[in-house]
Amino acid sequence: MTAVIASFAQVTMVVLGAPLLVGVMRQVRARMEGRVGAGVWQPWRDLRKLFRRQPITPVGTTWAFRTAPLVLVGTTLVVAATIPLLTTTTALDRAADLFAVVGLLSVGTVVLALAALDTGTAFGGMGASREMTVLALVEPTILVAVFALSARVGSTNLGQLVDATLHNPLQVMSPASLLAAAALLVVTIAETGRLPVDNPSTHLELTMLHEAMVLEYSGADLGLIELAASMRLTLLLGLVASLFTPWGIATSLAGLPLALLAFAAKVTVLAMVLAAAEVLLAKLRLFRVPELLAGSLVLALLAATTSFFLA
Amino acid sequence: MIKLLNKIRRTGRVAEPAPPRPPLSCPKAERLAGSVQLRHVDAGSCNGCEVEIGSVFGPVYDAERYGARLVASPRHADAVLVTGPVTRNLAEPLRRTVAALPEPRIVVAVGDCAINCGEFKDAYGVVGAVEDVVPVDVKVPGCPPTPEAIVTALRGLTGR
Amino acid sequence: MNLIEWGLAGATGVAVLGALVALLTPERARSVVAGIAVAGVGGAGLAAGVAAIAGEEFTAHLPELLPLFGVTLTLDPLGGLFMAVAGAVCLVAAGYGVSYAGGGHGNRSRSTQATLPLFTLTLVLVPAAGSVSTLLVLWELMALTSLVLVFTDHRARPQVTSAGLWYAVMTHLGFVAILAGLVVFAAAAGGDTFETLRTAQLSPGLATVVFAAALIGFGSKAGLVPLHVWLPRAHPEAPSQVSAMLSAAMVNLGVYGVIRVGFDLLGAGQRGWWLVVLILGAASALYGILHAAMASDLKRLLAYSTVENMGLVFLAVGVAGWFHTLGEERLAALALAAGLLHVVNHAGFKTVLFLAAGSAVRATGSRDLDALGGLSRRMPVTTALFAVGALGAMALPPGNGFISEWLLLQSLVHPPAGAGVTTALVLPVAVAVVALTAGLAVATFVKALGVGFFARARSRAPEQAVESPPLLLATTGVAAAACVALAVAPAALGPALSRATGATLGVPTDVVSGALTVRLAGIASTISPLLILAALVAAVVVAALLVQVVARRPARRREAPLWDCGAGPPTPRMQYTATSFAEPLQRVFDDVLAPETAVDTHLASPYLLARMRYQRRLPDRIEHWLYRPVLAVTAAAGRAARALANGSVHRYLAYGFFGTIGLLVALVVIP
Repeated sequence: MTAVIASFAQVTMVVLGAPLLVGVMRQVRARMEGRVGAGVWQPWRDLRKLFRRQPITPVGTTWAFRTAPLVLVGTTLVVAATIPLLTTTTALDRAADLFAVVGLLSVGTVVLALAALDTGTAFGGMGASREMTVLALVEPTILVAVFALSARVGSTNLGQLVDATLHNPLQVMSPASLLAAAALLVVTIAETGRLPVDNPSTHLELTMLHEAMVLEYSGADLGLIELAASMRLTLLLGLVASLFTPWGIATSLAGLPLALLAFAAKVTVLAMVLAAAEVLLAKLRLFRVPELLAGSLVLALLAATTSFFLA
Repeated sequence: MIKLLNKIRRTGRVAEPAPPRPPLSCPKAERLAGSVQLRHVDAGSCNGCEVEIGSVFGPVYDAERYGARLVASPRHADAVLVTGPVTRNLAEPLRRTVAALPEPRIVVAVGDCAINCGEFKDAYGVVGAVEDVVPVDVKVPGCPPTPEAIVTALRGLTGR
Repeated sequence: MNLIEWGLAGATGVAVLGALVALLTPERARSVVAGIAVAGVGGAGLAAGVAAIAGEEFTAHLPELLPLFGVTLTLDPLGGLFMAVAGAVCLVAAGYGVSYAGGGHGNRSRSTQATLPLFTLTLVLVPAAGSVSTLLVLWELMALTSLVLVFTDHRARPQVTSAGLWYAVMTHLGFVAILAGLVVFAAAAGGDTFETLRTAQLSPGLATVVFAAALIGFGSKAGLVPLHVWLPRAHPEAPSQVSAMLSAAMVNLGVYGVIRVGFDLLGAGQRGWWLVVLILGAASALYGILHAAMASDLKRLLAYSTVENMGLVFLAVGVAGWFHTLGEERLAALALAAGLLHVVNHAGFKTVLFLAAGSAVRATGSRDLDALGGLSRRMPVTTALFAVGALGAMALPPGNGFISEWLLLQSLVHPPAGAGVTTALVLPVAVAVVALTAGLAVATFVKALGVGFFARARSRAPEQAVESPPLLLATTGVAAAACVALAVAPAALGPALSRATGATLGVPTDVVSGALTVRLAGIASTISPLLILAALVAAVVVAALLVQVVARRPARRREAPLWDCGAGPPTPRMQYTATSFAEPLQRVFDDVLAPETAVDTHLASPYLLARMRYQRRLPDRIEHWLYRPVLAVTAAAGRAARALANGSVHRYLAYGFFGTIGLLVALVVIP
């Protein structure tokens, strides 16, 4: 029962907090560019408006286009209920491990790519093709990094991974853990479509990855997609935070408020660092992205092999 | 020390302080409640208005702080910013762009040319003002209109 | 008589009878007769296989059936698993074949329809072979019957002949390897039955020779790189239900052969063998999926995906052998169970994919993804079924392929304590290979589904396609339902996997258990696919409600033409094609694929382009580098040999004379 309540709290927090996190990132960016910025609530204002606006179904599209936003949000909600953000014992912790979480996030990307192909526009196809390329190249890094982390724990279930770090905090400083953290951060950036892999605020179709796939969506459909995008960012950052700095995470219901504060602080700091880095970075050419991802794979492989020798 | 830090924080902050909030300029904007996405269409402008629109979203005027943002697809947009007199080649694309917006749609005519063809009145390549092609909700006069005028018009839509 | 005996006897009887009746019936009824026979054989095989898994035992010796050694049949849980899979695939394909052949596609010829039941019979019986001679005879029968089926459409399409020739040569080279290996084995063991072979004491060198020969022979049947070249040619050219039988049932028997010889008969042998199996499996998985990701021929894509999946299975088998020789029985059992489960899952989704693809090909007359598209409107059920199969092949939850890859990854990411340097290097790389394969599989099947079935029709044929007849949909649907069942309740197969791995490794294990939640022996990781699916459905409902709550009164949805950038309706030719979809990946893997591209530009003036022509060819590099020289040398040798036979009778007499003299001298000199 407590697990269900904890999961519910997590989902609520992620749904409500994710747009705020994006607001914080935009605000950091605006301040660093010398602008005032729209305030952290702006993403919520955008979402409220989008949910009220008229959704459009392009003529000739099928159920793939119609259902994609709902499935996308659905997968993120399931992940939000699964991974340990506030507590190590979520309701779905035994039902879905890290592999399943990675798979569910990929399912979200896949349905969106299918929807983009379903429209039959040049941009939709382009976005889908590029997004799938990045996805295919990101997968090895994630799973090898998982290997590096799970090898010493004997489980890939996230609750147990985080528990192990809680009981043995020094492990975070092990070379395997540090290398895995670096690899996972690169992957997080690629998966969430941030600079230097993708530019979330681009207006030029030719430079788009994720945005090119959603060009045909409007109104509530678009709102769902944007909400899902911000939730995915929150979840991946939260996952990195929980895996490598799990302190403050609740082990009982009473600890939830404290865990909420700790989690918000950790994720906000991460997001601010990410946003600050984005101001200073330019987008990579699409065909240089594989080099970045290959680099992260090497880090992950090093992490995995060192986990044998320097455990 | 604090003073120095504050100095560092303020350096490079160029945004002008916000003028008082103008009233809503269009009844259709009521449900937008602080968030307006714009698609820009250059229907045949001399690019004077584009330069001004560019600076509207720059650091000095920073229209984004009022909730206005330029987007790539008309599907994402709530309003269309149209500049220039409507030329023959752009008349149909303009109609299509406006039709591609989710309803209700708002059209903002930016600049004298967009409102009454201005300098290009009766030119052989010009179909007419924006109003002759699509219904216009908000007009921003000027040749080119000042960034302040454009920002005021946009704030009339966002209501912030 | 127990169920297995009934099943096998019934299968044999039905197959022979069906083949005879199919020969005699007129063309109209022929496919129905053959279909019933195939279904009967498949059903009997399924029943016998399940009985064997459940623990029934069966051995039969029929000395009068074959000269010298006779026929020995025996069935254990491992063979039962493979027999059940083959039977189930054939059962589904049977019904599909009736309607498919009836629709004017495929071939209703006597040879094809009479061969189908016999081919099914060999598929079902190979795992029951209990002696070397039985296995060899059945194996060769399977090769010949499948060859006839591959040649089915040779009148309609010239490339069928070439594909068939490749298949004929490769399968017989493989047969020679198996023959040589097993005969040497039998000679050293002093007996022909598997029981004798098990007790034989082979020297390490001889054992390695036997294993290598078996790996080459069986590996070629399973499409192991670099012996895969026939597979992406032959599988697509057969009629679609035969493609499914080849790709979902026949290739498995290659895996079965390696497991049987390597683990069971040779007792797992040496660690180095399994490293080779692991590396070849990893290479096959990557090479196969890379070519699948590039393919724009729908059925060729599926055939390359078979190479990939068999590669994953071999990787699992290699890991199992590696751990087994290290003494890590628990992990070995887990890896082997993962491989076997993947065999089952692959059979499931590949059947669905080939049958659904067959429906699409039947309706449009084209296998070219660049010419398809828009089928989801014309053929919604076929599209939905293909989507179920594609989800399985993508290895994403909640598809069935995910569970077996999850098991495989679990066997890889929990290294034994105190592992050696090689293990420390092999396991992470194996994980990376599996992950990259999975990632590329996602891209591949998004392409197949998104470009081929969604989007807008790229040519006239898919525009006018009509949904397949009910029998095609129903049979494909049965296979899809099996995939869904495998996806949500994989733990139901736990006992079967435990028995099969236990029988193979010789240690009783309870490797996969649980009901709702899949539990593994000795590893804390758990997963519950049903719960994930339920949560996903619930979450989608919540998301739909969320919109209502936040919006309070949401606007009504409207239909509008596609956003065309204002320039008028985009034509279907402006869409991304399968080729353009794969282009970024092609660039990334440029060095491996080495594509040949040619761009011709015709300028109208120094600044304006009049015409542009882009051509890309992706020849199979392994074929290019490995087979081309061999073929060239063989052809040259053939030409040289022609000079020996110039038609002069005197010369032939001289050959005979000197040959005899030479033989006599040799007999005298060699004591």
